[in-house]
Amino acid sequence: MNRQQPAVARAASPRFRVRLRWAWHLVPWGVALAVYFLGDAYLSLGTAALEMILFTLSLDLALGYAGIITFGQAAFFGLGAYAAGLFSIYVMPDPLLGLAFGTAVAALFGLLTGMLILHTEGVTLMMLTLAIASMVAAVALQASGLTGGDNGLQGIQIAPLFGVFPFDLWGRTGYLYALGVLLLWFVGAWRIVRSPFGRSLDGIRQSPRRMRAIGTPVWWRLVAIYSLSAAMAGTAGALKAQTNQFVGIDSLDLLISGTALVMLILGGTRRLYGAFIGAAFYVVVQDLAAEFDPFRWMFVIGGLLIVIVLFLKGGLMDLVDWTHARVMGSGSSGTGE
Amino acid sequence: MSTVSSILSVRQLSKSFGSLQVARSIDLELRPGTRLGLIGPNGAGKTTFVNLLTGMLRADRGEIVLGGKSITRLKPEKRVHLGLARTHQINTLLAESTTRENVAIAVAERDRVAWRMMRYTPIWRRCCDEAAVQLAALGIGELGNSKVAELPYGQQRLLEIAIALVLKPRVLLLDEPAAGVPAAEAHAIHDVLERLPREIAILMIEHDMDLVFRFAQEIAVLVQGRVLRTGTPQEIAVDPTVRAVYLGRGMR
Repeated sequence: MNRQQPAVARAASPRFRVRLRWAWHLVPWGVALAVYFLGDAYLSLGTAALEMILFTLSLDLALGYAGIITFGQAAFFGLGAYAAGLFSIYVMPDPLLGLAFGTAVAALFGLLTGMLILHTEGVTLMMLTLAIASMVAAVALQASGLTGGDNGLQGIQIAPLFGVFPFDLWGRTGYLYALGVLLLWFVGAWRIVRSPFGRSLDGIRQSPRRMRAIGTPVWWRLVAIYSLSAAMAGTAGALKAQTNQFVGIDSLDLLISGTALVMLILGGTRRLYGAFIGAAFYVVVQDLAAEFDPFRWMFVIGGLLIVIVLFLKGGLMDLVDWTHARVMGSGSSGTGE
Repeated sequence: MSTVSSILSVRQLSKSFGSLQVARSIDLELRPGTRLGLIGPNGAGKTTFVNLLTGMLRADRGEIVLGGKSITRLKPEKRVHLGLARTHQINTLLAESTTRENVAIAVAERDRVAWRMMRYTPIWRRCCDEAAVQLAALGIGELGNSKVAELPYGQQRLLEIAIALVLKPRVLLLDEPAAGVPAAEAHAIHDVLERLPREIAILMIEHDMDLVFRFAQEIAVLVQGRVLRTGTPQEIAVDPTVRAVYLGRGMR
């Protein structure tokens, strides 16, 4: 590139554009990494945020991209958490194997229940997801010998990551561990939604009739993404179990499904970064508002949700797009689409 | 009528919704490369018949044979992969996607690469390239990047045909391909219909009599779920029963 060129011309040149297009990815991940250096006080909140981002991301795959109206995501989160916790207690304390186990259990449960319910749609499907999640929560509560019931699952010990980095009291290892896992899943999800498979899901969401007419095995596709989404939610639950070294019965609570839905809508569906921003925003606002007024913070969240649903159809990502368009000039629109 | 030479044979096909018989032992033969028009008054069961053929509805009795293989019990997507494609009368296009994506995803399904989640970039690009070629062949190549919701109705119908063609069907079912299209845009559709590849056998369901009589080599008349008469356009045009039951006074 010619050094003598004025800066404006350089900004307009295509190669510079291309580099900027990818550079904006650094902003969310850079912020997430910066939190680590901000100080130990923020690490536990940050880890919780990363776990919720991953959980919300899993909902974006099923509900946002594939249009599966589900309120049962909590079941996968809780199953992943209990499976990882029990694995560390009864099998071995290795974090990565425990994470893989929690993920696999949730994926399998997603596969089986998905096969059972994904031939239905709309309100029927929604009720079935609710019913399954309620049953899982009831079973976990009853099986107190295994799960600890109301008292939660205690006594989880996690061995050092890679046998080198112990999970310290301040949660430094836990934070970077959660960030790394989130990054891996995020890259996977980013690829998947742009793949032929992801595009066929987008087609199914828009018109299952059309997709059947071009030869798409609609049910199998939905089962596949449901199971994948369950796996991701299971990872989020497993991370929570490992970083907290505790699993509460509330990790199976239906409220978690609803919270993730609010986070997703706040941030913007079908964007992936919408889940990222929505969940992070929710956790931070919850923390700030709880400090300010622990009893009425839901009022703040509710108000924000109303404003966003009414005025920002694409959620907070609309604001990001707007800013992005300002920075990049009118020539480009949107991020990552 | 030899079934051996038929690409699509329908034998004794019947379907009822409760006490309402919508298909009454329909027999129909479609030979490779022929154009068969299916006409009939409103409520005669034309769209039901298409839904039975494509598998959207399950037949009560009878058999459907595609290229020598019985498809009566197969799911819709299996029938598509065996070479049975259709266009829709009502709009089922992916409205939020672009024209090219609508066609490209059909290419991906046809080539069975729509399961790919990883290492797919060249594959998807090839699907998009083929989609672009097909769109250009139908004269809507410049609309590749347009969202379907922004297309005029006539061009949406052309897109329907493009999607069906890219599936490389042996039998193509056209469900009122020109219905609701303003006259100014209709000639583009008529052009495309006349230039459809000869090797594809086509069953066209259409209200527009001018179009059917020009397009079809053979016409079947469906009345109350039953095939009343089959014949060449000339035979159908002068048939007294058909005139009485269906065409009535409007016929030339």
